[in-house]
Amino acid sequence: MEWVWTNFGLIWGLTLSQVWLSALPIVIGFAVSIPLGYLASRSRVARSLLLSVGGILYTIPSLALFIVIPVIIGTTLLDPINVVIALTIYAIAIMVRSSADAFASVPSSVQDSATAVGYSRFQQFFAVDLPLAGPVLLAGIRVVSVSTVSLVSVGSVIGVSSLGFLFTDGFQRQFYTEIWTGIVGTLVVAAVFDIVLVLIGRVLMPWNRRSKPQLARLIDSKRSVVAAK
Amino acid sequence: MNLFIDGFAWIFDPAHWMGGSSIAVRLGEHFQYTGVSLLFAALFAVPVGLFIGHTGKGRGVAIAASNVARALPTLGLLAVLILSLGIGLLPAAIVLVILGIPPLLAGVYAGIESVDPQTVDAARAMGMTELQILRKVEIPLGASLIFGGFRAATLQVIASAVVAAYFSLGGLGRFLVDGLAQNNNPELVGGAILVIALALVVDGILAVIQRFVIPTVSSGTRSTKRTARGGAVPPVAQSRTLIKEGQ
Repeated sequence: MEWVWTNFGLIWGLTLSQVWLSALPIVIGFAVSIPLGYLASRSRVARSLLLSVGGILYTIPSLALFIVIPVIIGTTLLDPINVVIALTIYAIAIMVRSSADAFASVPSSVQDSATAVGYSRFQQFFAVDLPLAGPVLLAGIRVVSVSTVSLVSVGSVIGVSSLGFLFTDGFQRQFYTEIWTGIVGTLVVAAVFDIVLVLIGRVLMPWNRRSKPQLARLIDSKRSVVAAK
Repeated sequence: MNLFIDGFAWIFDPAHWMGGSSIAVRLGEHFQYTGVSLLFAALFAVPVGLFIGHTGKGRGVAIAASNVARALPTLGLLAVLILSLGIGLLPAAIVLVILGIPPLLAGVYAGIESVDPQTVDAARAMGMTELQILRKVEIPLGASLIFGGFRAATLQVIASAVVAAYFSLGGLGRFLVDGLAQNNNPELVGGAILVIALALVVDGILAVIQRFVIPTVSSGTRSTKRTARGGAVPPVAQSRTLIKEGQ
């Protein structure tokens, strides 16, 4: 424990870069996935195309992607932007599917009503589709958030510093406290992100007060798929 | 872009296909780690998943375990376990088994649970024993989801085995770690290309098996567009999102 206090500056710095390196992909991935997911919910061709490309990209192991991206875009290997781009790709790959399903879950009767009342397509998207898709979007971005935070640490193998540095450094020094600090720190960052997302969801969607844990939610939706048959 | 050419040149250089640390040997190691770890992960995850899916008992525990596993950073887990168990095949295999269990378990119990309760009740009413229900009704009907979990677990283990090379394990990850350590760009990029190719080929083969061999329930399970309530996620897709539990 004493090590943690004497090295608090280092740990705090690493935590901050962990936060940055994971917040950027989560936010960018979410922003990009909304229009793509909307497109996928409107066209079958777009849906199968986007989902299969996403599936293929998601298959690529992270360490290999961290190495290939600088070769493609011409950055140096140590540039943190590589990690951000790789994790954004993963985030989009997961999130496009969630947001396509979120928009597809908006009842068509509601959309027809909006059209009948005279909403333009644009108005309908922001006033009807987006709010109704909200809860499923939130569930999706929570999954993205947790996996992004834990993937960031792999970047420390190629020298992009985050809490993962405590794993590689702790291993080389055979020092358990350091590694455990990194693990706990990663879990804390993931938990804080999750809480923030749930709070944002509560503020933006006050009608959706009861927010269940994500996996319970997935299972519930699975049930509804079964029940709908 | 030139580095890609170097990478491919490195891969196709005959010298890298001979000797004790050749590409073929590393590839073999990677398959070995993956196969052995999946086998042991399945020995635990399949019976437990079947039990949870069939009885509904212990679901909360399984969900919590999957959530924590998703958040746990693989690199940290590998560091702690390999440090305490020593460098070698066994500790690495133990870590890979631990990482393979959550997606597999989630796939198995979600598969069993996805079976319509009315169908299960009908089977029970016909006089089937619980084991018969499991074997003849629930497993065949949930097969696609169960296989989806296996596919997710396979990718998870392949990707984690790459990272494990950092802790002196063999496999294709060695080329990445050695390439980094020696500033050998052709080896680094060549290794990354090999890892990507391996993941894509294995997942492609599993996708084909899933599509053509595994029985799917006919009544439109796949076309889940516009179901009445929210979250009409195709079940297979869900278990796929369970991979990457922080590799």
